[in-house]
Amino acid sequence: MTRLRRKHGLSAAIVPGLLLGLASAAGLSVAGTPARSSEHAAESAAAREPSGDSVTMSAAARRAKVDTADTRAARRALLEEINRDARDTAGSTGRARFDAEVMAALGRVPRHAFVPADLAKHAYENRPLPIGHGQTISQPYIVALMTDLLDLEPTSRVLEIGTGSAYQAAVLAELVDKVYTIEIVEPLADAARARMQRLGYDNVELRHADGWYGWPEAAPFDAIIVTAAANAIPPRLIEQLEPGGVLVIPVGAPFMTQHLVRVDKAEDGALSVRRILPVRFVPLTGERD
Amino acid sequence: MTVAPSIAVAARPDVERVGLPLLGSVFLIAGTALAYQLLLMRLLSVVHWYPFAAMIVSLALLGHGFSGSLLALCPERARRRFASWYLVCALLFALGMPLAFALAQRIPFNGLELVWDAHQLLWLGLLYLVLSLPFAAAASCFGLAFLRFGAQIPRVYAADLIGAGVGSVCVLLLMLHLRPEHWLPALTVVGALAAALGGWGRVRIAVLLPLAAAAALSCLAVPGSWLTPQPNPYKGLSATLRLPGAQVTMRRSGPLGILDVVESPRVPLRQVPGLSLRASQDPAPQLGVFVDGDGPSPVTDRSGGAASMRYLGETTSAVVYRVVGSPRVLLLGAGGGTPVLQALTLGAAAVDVVETDRVLVDLVRGPLSAFSGALYEDSRVEVRVDDPRNALRGAAESFDLITLSPPDSATGAGGGVSAAADSYLYTVEAMQEVLTVLDDDGVLSVTRWESEPPRASLKLFATAVAALRAAQVTDPGAHLMLIRDWQTSTLLVARRPFDAAAVHAVETFCRALSFELVHAPGRTSLVGSDSDWLTRGVRALMSDRADAFVAEYKFAIAPATDQRPFFHNYFHWGTLPELWRMRGQGAAVLLDSGYLVIAGTLAQAVPTAAVLILLPLWWRRRRAPAGTLLRRISRTRTALYFLALGLAFLFVEIAALSRFTLYLGAPLWSAALVLACMLVCAGVGSALSARWQGRSASVSRVAVGAAFGVVLFELIHAPLFAATAAWPLLAKCALGLGLLGPVALLMGMPFPMGLALLDARAPALVPWAWGINGFASVISALLALILAMHFGYPAVMLAAAGLYACAAWMGR
Repeated sequence: MTRLRRKHGLSAAIVPGLLLGLASAAGLSVAGTPARSSEHAAESAAAREPSGDSVTMSAAARRAKVDTADTRAARRALLEEINRDARDTAGSTGRARFDAEVMAALGRVPRHAFVPADLAKHAYENRPLPIGHGQTISQPYIVALMTDLLDLEPTSRVLEIGTGSAYQAAVLAELVDKVYTIEIVEPLADAARARMQRLGYDNVELRHADGWYGWPEAAPFDAIIVTAAANAIPPRLIEQLEPGGVLVIPVGAPFMTQHLVRVDKAEDGALSVRRILPVRFVPLTGERD
Repeated sequence: MTVAPSIAVAARPDVERVGLPLLGSVFLIAGTALAYQLLLMRLLSVVHWYPFAAMIVSLALLGHGFSGSLLALCPERARRRFASWYLVCALLFALGMPLAFALAQRIPFNGLELVWDAHQLLWLGLLYLVLSLPFAAAASCFGLAFLRFGAQIPRVYAADLIGAGVGSVCVLLLMLHLRPEHWLPALTVVGALAAALGGWGRVRIAVLLPLAAAAALSCLAVPGSWLTPQPNPYKGLSATLRLPGAQVTMRRSGPLGILDVVESPRVPLRQVPGLSLRASQDPAPQLGVFVDGDGPSPVTDRSGGAASMRYLGETTSAVVYRVVGSPRVLLLGAGGGTPVLQALTLGAAAVDVVETDRVLVDLVRGPLSAFSGALYEDSRVEVRVDDPRNALRGAAESFDLITLSPPDSATGAGGGVSAAADSYLYTVEAMQEVLTVLDDDGVLSVTRWESEPPRASLKLFATAVAALRAAQVTDPGAHLMLIRDWQTSTLLVARRPFDAAAVHAVETFCRALSFELVHAPGRTSLVGSDSDWLTRGVRALMSDRADAFVAEYKFAIAPATDQRPFFHNYFHWGTLPELWRMRGQGAAVLLDSGYLVIAGTLAQAVPTAAVLILLPLWWRRRRAPAGTLLRRISRTRTALYFLALGLAFLFVEIAALSRFTLYLGAPLWSAALVLACMLVCAGVGSALSARWQGRSASVSRVAVGAAFGVVLFELIHAPLFAATAAWPLLAKCALGLGLLGPVALLMGMPFPMGLALLDARAPALVPWAWGINGFASVISALLALILAMHFGYPAVMLAAAGLYACAAWMGR
């Protein structure tokens, strides 16, 4: 989020918290202060919310209600695992660590509230889980990587195709002012809407609709994330992408994300495609990343 | 044979001669069991995915061997109570087939979750257990018959083999003429009839007939929904049916797959592989054809006219129409017909379509014709049902453009899911045949799904390079172009080097639609980057370090050949530890599970089989009094003899199936023909062997004869098949069967002769030997595939000959 501070001139009151978050992700310390974990960054982020913003405070309180010491501890452990995975896969992903704010966002979202009750005990394992209706909640590491690849700013307008459980939307909602998300399966859309209201994610707009057409009224978007594996990227989504914007899509069957595709739309409208392998793997013997 | 010659043969009088009703019963049960196996494979392919279906059915067959082991524990009681036990087993078999499948459908096994969730292994184990019960019941019937009519084993075994041979043909008719939910009830009726015949003359009619009739009618009580295969919720069909308003409007079934036609009026289907991110219009309305729940392969509504089809020119596969103008096109696989529509839209003068599945063609030509605007009635379009290689060999004219099955077609999808599936369309020899059928300026176009790291596209490129080099092309790169988008790639192979105009046309096309030009003559070094593995691979494959690159690549990308036609197998053992270590990150998905599923099935089957074979023998040996025959026979040699026979028979069967598929074309009917020929001829051999039974020397001689026959077949079939490739189908069938039949006849003799000899010397071990043979059959099919994938089919045949020689040695 260095770009964020540079571009938007954040207030001095906010910057220290972010700095600590960055230092934590980098594994550094600032002025002799031990590096703090992403979970701490999450706590600082909650603490720094302006007291006048009653909506946000109430949202944080609502999320806190579903948390326990155990779930917080499990989430901390999960974040550490994701950090390790990020370091391991740097050669393939090009990112030795994920943005501290992305990790902090993951640290704030109670994943156990997004999975079926009988699977809640697995919520903080780094694996995808079934959520019914033939859909899954993605592996947290993949969620972190996809979110990181979007290079978000707080003011970014983000569109998500395939709400599912709304976990990814919740992570995005922790990072930007406004998230638009579309789900085609009605029961999933209804459940996600109720869940987001319960957890206080008021900055997420959810629509039960066909994602092919995007969300033209809210376009253009700085980032689009297609969380449902698809056989085609709708050209309309590219049209609704702001020049300079990014689209990310996973490739592979449910439970089996093979790789991610990132499409960059240049200022002149030119498109470039990059394939990102989410594992540390070089396909030629004798070569290392 | 398996008994030391010094051991006296214990005379065991056979109290009655096996009658025709019982032989008829064995015949029907054998045929029904084989049909059940094939139907189960098809039904489970819908519920799960093909590799898992093969794995489940393969291991369920262990029930076959387990029953033999159980009978070996209580042979005397089984012999005494033959009539009632046989009847009960036959009825359990008849009733068990639909019930086991209905129960199996309720087991929440999800193969996609295996990597993440260890509990899935428990569900998988439960599936094996449930599905193995009918096989165990059927095998118990055979084991009981062998026990009861020891000296007449060759006749019983002949009925078994001939029944299975006839069953292999009848099951195709059943699949063609009945709906999937009626398949298993139909088998129940046949099974009930077999039970009635088995009890005929031994069980009172007043008991027998009501029991059999009740069993036959019981299938009416099973709700149809229990027996209708319900696809896994993560398959394409299930996902599509969750769209608002989507529904299955038609279902057709056949031996090559169960086809569902889905209409989604509220959320249009938009299956257009390789559609540009810059496409200028939405796809036209589609219906989706799902094969075994996978897909869809689209059928496109062309009522909007040519203007509504502009998007078909904005896909990666459309690039070839920028290189050849107004071509005469040969489409080897067209699925729901969209590639035909693309060809017509982009200016094809004529389109010949070759499709493997008649049911699919009938669907597009019949009930879907109105929706597709009578696509297959277009005067420029010729459609025929044939094997693609057969079509290439028999082509009477040359073409400007040939395309291989698109990634969304039935054939393409079917081949793509299984590493162990023969893909004779993607071999070096196939590509050479394509080049000979192309016009001088003609081009071959192949579009595939892309993967990362690249596998299919690199293997295809390597195959094209090998085919061009075999055609004396010194600079293959001049004949090749490769483009890709984010998910597909299209390879163009030309007979003559591409000229500058063609390269320019492709470059312009790629630039306009944001596709990536990976290779074009004189361009490769200018595009892509060193970190891009497809570009690096393509460069390497055209260089003099191609062999080193293929050897060092962590996936199997060496070109497939007709001897090893496994294009879709990319598995490399050396990569396994690395990816397995990283499975927690999701790396296991790169393993290409098709091969691993086979290897894993084998790894599970071998110890299970070993335990089930050895346990009863150990138990009986403990209980056998000192000095009895059971203690004095050579158990190791007995086991090796029957193991070798079980392995060898299926080795030959698997290799012959593959060879005949290539020779005759029509994979389905050639498979049925080979199975029927081998089983019936082996059955005849078994019946003939009765006259030599009881002599160890004869047993050894027939095993040597079988080994010799297999070697002879292997030596002469290739030149003979090549010389007669252009013969009419019937003549080829006659020649092929004339060659294979005598070999099968010899192969049918050693087993019943050995069993009869064992019956004379240690009758209690007969079911055990039968069980060993059953286990060997399970292992054999898997082992043959793994051998073929590594060393080719000739190695499988030579191994079979070696096994027969080993059996001859053990049977001395």
